Amino acid sequence: MTALVELRELRKWFPIGGGLFRRAQQVKAIDGVTLDIRRGEILSLVGESGSGKTTVGRAILRLLEPTGGTIRFEGQDITHLGRAAMRPLRRRMQLVFQDPFASLNPRHTVERIVAAPLAIQGEGGGRQRVMEALEMVGLQRHHAARYPHELSGGQRQRVGIARALILRPELLVADEPVSALDVSIQAQVVNLLLELKERLGLTILFISHDLSVVGHISDRIAVMYLGRLVEVAETGDLFRTPHHPYTEALLSAAPDPDPDARRRRIILQGDIPSPLDPPPGCAFAGRCRFALDACRAAPPPLREIAPGHLSACIRDDIHLQSPLDEGATYVPAG
Amino acid sequence: MSDAPILDVRNLSVRFRTEGGEVPAVNELSFTLGRGETLAVVGESGSGKSVTSLALMRLLPKDAAVAVTGQALLEGRDLLSIPEAEMRRLRGGAISMVFQEPMTSLNPTTPIGEQVAEAVRLHRGMDGRAAREEAVRLLDLVGIPAARQRLDDYPHHLSGGMRQRVMIAMALSCDPSVLIADEPTTALDVTIQAQILDLLRRLQERTGMAMVFITHNLGVVAEIADRVLVMYGGRAVEQAPLRPLFSRPLMPYTAGLLRSVPRMELAGRRAGPLPAIPGNVPDPRHMPPGCVFHPRCGHHQPGRCDAAAPVLEPADEAREVRCLRWRELAA
Amino acid sequence: MSLTITRPLAAPAFRRFRRHRLAAFGAATILLLTLGCFLGPFLLPFDDTTIDIMNRFAPPLSGVHVLGTDELGRDMLARLMMGGRVSLMVGFTAMAIGMAVGILVGAVAGFHGGWLGAALMRFVDAVLCFPSIFLLLALAALVSPGLLSIIILIGATSWMDVARIVEGQVKSLRERDFAVAAEVLGASDARIIVHELVPNAVAPIVVAATLNVARAILLESYVSFLGYGIQPPVPSWGNMLNNAQIYLTSAPWLAILPGLAITLAVTSFNFLGDGLRDALDPRMRAR
Repeated sequence: MTALVELRELRKWFPIGGGLFRRAQQVKAIDGVTLDIRRGEILSLVGESGSGKTTVGRAILRLLEPTGGTIRFEGQDITHLGRAAMRPLRRRMQLVFQDPFASLNPRHTVERIVAAPLAIQGEGGGRQRVMEALEMVGLQRHHAARYPHELSGGQRQRVGIARALILRPELLVADEPVSALDVSIQAQVVNLLLELKERLGLTILFISHDLSVVGHISDRIAVMYLGRLVEVAETGDLFRTPHHPYTEALLSAAPDPDPDARRRRIILQGDIPSPLDPPPGCAFAGRCRFALDACRAAPPPLREIAPGHLSACIRDDIHLQSPLDEGATYVPAG
Repeated sequence: MSDAPILDVRNLSVRFRTEGGEVPAVNELSFTLGRGETLAVVGESGSGKSVTSLALMRLLPKDAAVAVTGQALLEGRDLLSIPEAEMRRLRGGAISMVFQEPMTSLNPTTPIGEQVAEAVRLHRGMDGRAAREEAVRLLDLVGIPAARQRLDDYPHHLSGGMRQRVMIAMALSCDPSVLIADEPTTALDVTIQAQILDLLRRLQERTGMAMVFITHNLGVVAEIADRVLVMYGGRAVEQAPLRPLFSRPLMPYTAGLLRSVPRMELAGRRAGPLPAIPGNVPDPRHMPPGCVFHPRCGHHQPGRCDAAAPVLEPADEAREVRCLRWRELAA
Repeated sequence: MSLTITRPLAAPAFRRFRRHRLAAFGAATILLLTLGCFLGPFLLPFDDTTIDIMNRFAPPLSGVHVLGTDELGRDMLARLMMGGRVSLMVGFTAMAIGMAVGILVGAVAGFHGGWLGAALMRFVDAVLCFPSIFLLLALAALVSPGLLSIIILIGATSWMDVARIVEGQVKSLRERDFAVAAEVLGASDARIIVHELVPNAVAPIVVAATLNVARAILLESYVSFLGYGIQPPVPSWGNMLNNAQIYLTSAPWLAILPGLAITLAVTSFNFLGDGLRDALDPRMRAR
């Protein structure tokens, strides 16, 4: 499989608090991310708030100007491409938002919303193609005349997906596309994305914090912590043999609808450090139960610890728990 | 656990009168809560679970647009009919509440120490210095590191998890016998959610308070509940102890909900599409006739499920279910 | 979980009801005034410039002239109607100019932000610092008075508040996901502003427009009253008032009638604006 998107040492820093007389501080939202998105795969980007996962998605779509590093789309360097030069590429990469209500213009009908990509990219075939797109996402023709507020949350998200896919893009960035939906609706939308991926040969960057959904949907998973990747692996490998203690904790903390899983949580102490003032070494060291002095000295590089399995932890000598273990050991909190 | 429940809710109904007509938000809801017990109330949007908690706290607007009927007996006193002055004493005293969004529930212009001390002063009549000491003790209890040094911090200095801890400290300031927690971890990251759930569990062991835990997340339910009440379309549709509910759900909605959540054990195998519940969550303004779940139910029988509304009936001594076909389906 | 509780509280409901009636009254009055001023003159047997020298200073309801005559014996009703045409035209066209400039400046400033937005908005603040009546008089002294110049001048002093409203709206709306969605599709800035942002800011713009008509009518009256505006013999409510000053004691209706017309028009537009604010945007009710 070839890479559709290649990120090399991608950085995005946001200046904040700068004024006439004060130097702005830099929030390092992404700080050196190197990652390939392979054609035809679903790659999940997992992390908590402040991890930079959303920023990576927006940078790939060039909604942001990267501070450093490169982004290649099908081999073409798009890191600093201007708006006009980006326009033809826009039809090939699209975005699905978290909040299906906020992402639809409340004053437009569904038809106008879904037809907008055609109008913007100067294509015809409007009505017919809109109807096809609606049908493709499981909506009916009569929905075309509705306004977003007349639809349910799940239907709104289907409209958002129809808009994203009407131009038949190759890459879909799905930023928490199910987390604002009701539980019984989430599975519908997950199924829809999987079905459309097969049908249209999509490549999907799936950004999420929900590990059970991620475990179901993705081919590979990349875990982010404070602007850096800490682990990248095939889904099964990551769940079965996590190598980074943060991945272990994240997997362990994911609420599992299984009453018998209750006793085996790893409970991390403390919060994610501030991205304004990240610790010098491994950003996770302060919360890590395996941290050594060496961890705090320099940020550990992402290295291949097994074929296709990358981790940014220097410790190979520890055994980590997996939610797939039988009766994983109970680690008391505190 | 003594036999008499600490909270006994009987036939609670809440109706909103809106411009579009009357909206029944909660219908004839009855449940009990034992001492030290955690009852999880699970539901999706429009299920009525949050309205229930607001009704119990008497935090719904008091005017002609909202009609609350029924009883909610907290140690024998009916929360829905006692005078407002008495309710004000109980609220934050014997019955207390933690909300989803800790940022909007805390006053942004007052240091956290003062906010906790204020709660202590109001309800326990301590003087300034004693209240401050008590605030330190409470903040320490909820796991705020170096609590004494954080007293003068403002809410925006704290992370979301820390703010939720402050909210919990305030809710616990008067040793409530019942704590209502309305989606207290929904706005938090998973590792922080695990911390807060662990904290609530340990506080409960320590104080013996009972908890009504409102959530949409079945993983969280499995984590914290002793007993579960499933709500759908403003009604209780199933009520059972935790393990039996998860291992053998009786109501098709509960079963569908449990099946639709991807299981961690199957990660990476992608064993076909998820068994999703079709259709949409019902709009409280247009409830379907008969069983409110029938349009989405794979087991519904035309002429039966859409004709008669099932009642909540006992399935065994500990369980209740609202389904016309549960006996056939269980067999 | 998130059932939106829309409940009309007793007090605001009453206020809304009362405002609603005032707004309806305002709308009806504006309609009548406009129709009256533009159609009325065709129904009258008198021209506004016809001098009836035998009937000077005829008081209202005293003869063939329903509202009396002025010092030259011209029919007051005809003059009020023709003056109304001028005043209303000035009001609407000046509002349109102010709106166009304000929306443009506000949209550009709000959309681009950065130094351009900051510079534009500081300019708006600077212009706002001058009391507009002084600005208007200073400008009027430099330009030869006339209908077109007064319209442009009033328009030039009444775009700032619109610019501020639009800037604020556009600034917050452009961060919304639906604007980002248009950006992902490769939409141009102009398209995003015109198709996505401005339609969502229509409510406050319409309210501001209505209030601006009232303001423009009032400004025209001021300026014409002071003699810098519409010049006789073309009547406007303002210069009719100016003219009436000397006869205040002997023929008070010469002042009272145009005064009433101005008050009626201005309050009607204000009532309508308040009503629209309530009707169009519930979020603005609190103000």
